[in-house]
Amino acid sequence: MNSPLVENYFRVDKFPHIWCPGCGHGIIMAAMGRAIETLGLDKDKVCIVSGIGCSSRAPGYMDFNTLHTTHGRALGFATGVKLANPELEVIVVAGDGDLSAIGGNHLIHAARRNINITTICFNNNIYGMTGGQYSPTTPTHEKGTTAPYGNIDRPFDITQLAGGAGATYTAKTTVYHANQMQKFIEAAIQHKGFSLVEAISICPTYYGRKNKKGSVVDMMNFLKDSFVDRKVAEKLPPEKLEGKFLMGEFVNKVEPEYTALYDGIIERLKK
Amino acid sequence: MAKKVKFLQGNEACVEGALMAGMKFYSGYPITPSTEIAELSAERLPQIGGKFIQMEDEIAGIAAAIGASLTGVKAMTATSGPGFSLKQENIGYAALAEIPLVIVNVQRGGPSTGLPTSPAQGDVMQAKWGTHGDHPVICLTPDSVRETFDLTVRAFNLAEKYRTPVILLTDEITGHMREKIEIPEQSEIEVYNRIKPEVGSDYKAYKVEEGDLVPKMAAFGEGFRYHVTGLMHDETGFPSNSTANADVLIKRLMAKIDDNLDDIIDYEEMFMEDAEYVIFAYGGTARTAKAVVKQLRNEGVKVGLFRPITIWPFPEARIKEIGANVKDILVTELNFGQLKLEVERSVGGKCPVRFYGKANGEIITPEELILSFREVL
Repeated sequence: MNSPLVENYFRVDKFPHIWCPGCGHGIIMAAMGRAIETLGLDKDKVCIVSGIGCSSRAPGYMDFNTLHTTHGRALGFATGVKLANPELEVIVVAGDGDLSAIGGNHLIHAARRNINITTICFNNNIYGMTGGQYSPTTPTHEKGTTAPYGNIDRPFDITQLAGGAGATYTAKTTVYHANQMQKFIEAAIQHKGFSLVEAISICPTYYGRKNKKGSVVDMMNFLKDSFVDRKVAEKLPPEKLEGKFLMGEFVNKVEPEYTALYDGIIERLKK
Repeated sequence: MAKKVKFLQGNEACVEGALMAGMKFYSGYPITPSTEIAELSAERLPQIGGKFIQMEDEIAGIAAAIGASLTGVKAMTATSGPGFSLKQENIGYAALAEIPLVIVNVQRGGPSTGLPTSPAQGDVMQAKWGTHGDHPVICLTPDSVRETFDLTVRAFNLAEKYRTPVILLTDEITGHMREKIEIPEQSEIEVYNRIKPEVGSDYKAYKVEEGDLVPKMAAFGEGFRYHVTGLMHDETGFPSNSTANADVLIKRLMAKIDDNLDDIIDYEEMFMEDAEYVIFAYGGTARTAKAVVKQLRNEGVKVGLFRPITIWPFPEARIKEIGANVKDILVTELNFGQLKLEVERSVGGKCPVRFYGKANGEIITPEELILSFREVL
């Protein structure tokens, strides 16, 4: 028996989904569904846009206006949808490679414009769909199929990247912290401006296996033990923060929103 | 009421035509020699409640236009040379996902950065084969400012009618040339709008009615909540790995064009009734060819002009007929013989096909074309 949430907000006839056993992506998709349900959004007015990759298959399972685009370009398509019809609640789903490598230009410019789009980054630190190549968020020294001797790249912090580019709401959390994730997604959707929630996911099939991260439970425990709320971290001594990652809300500010500014021009020209 | 007469560039006439056709959205990236199309769209669209956005790159320029089209508005993007190369992947997306869209390419000298301010016609094959995979293509090319206006309207109409991206392939000659143009009244313009499903109907986004080839298109936000993907999909719009399904889909996409050649193909013929020789030319180069044909006719040479207005689909059947009835066809274009190959293929050896062209950024002058023509006499 499916829960009312699943029946109401997901395309149950499209299940089972394509994700591997133990993949964290389903937790993020469920958090999105719960956030949309909690906010009581009109399903007909929600548009979910994705690019290419494991995470980008999520919109196909979600019962809204859904658009599965080309690799990296979800924010380009989403910008057209939002500007052409600002009444639509536009949510972008993107993996770490999709969003910060091939789509990196679109990320920084959507953030710079402060267009009212909510971006949920499913960050599993790897290119999963193509079989485990290192991505812009793969930590240095870790392995991927294209980094057999260890990754020498330095990783992006996507939350900081978006904030630096002008996003007016950013938050980071993990698939272990599913309830917090839902709250952040709700806040991001309600925020008038460009918002980004970086959801740290797990890829046991490729990232976990390649880097000997143990079982799915081990990987979830790693998220539980390694991520510290940034406000809590402020009160901790440096030695307690060694090897830890910060999570929580990083940016939350009000700035003029792009489609509202454009509508202002249209109104001004009417006079 | 007096007609509105203007002195416009081809690029400006393109925007006038787009607005008459119902354009409400433009997204693009600055590039010479197409930029006037963006500039005028930026000025005019908000005046009528439409939207303009300068995106961060060429790829986003077409992506946003596709997104806008899905909300039910008519969208256009314009570019030149390198930008046309960058847009190719999403042209294929729009073809497969059946998104109406107009892409203008004001051709300039290539390859690479090439000759940004000089004319060329080197993108005609790219317009057909630029994106990967087999896909339907409609490509129109004007030879005057007024025709740029008319073909922009037509490009929107064909995009809406066949749910497919339509390429308006102009060149630096027609794009930057100024001519007197009489702008028709809105009431004189035939405008085609995409067919939408009835509200409340059981909608399958890619299902076609019996005997039809084009699915009805709902706008996002109208209550149909459908899925759009660049993966092969079934009639519901959801991905399908079935080769049988892919076969049905790709054949239907091609048939949208191939079964409607009479509706899509357009060309101009001059002095063709008794022609023994033919000059084949299009776009800005056709202006040179017209001057040459008139001069030769004055000299008593039985020469005619064939000018394709629709380049893709190629007017193959008509060229085949012509080839069977004339002594020689001279193809002239600003490239090293891209459409010459199509003409050769179409005449199937029935007559010789000669070629005069160049790709150094110069236009072809009547003097040099006439010299080339005289070689056959």
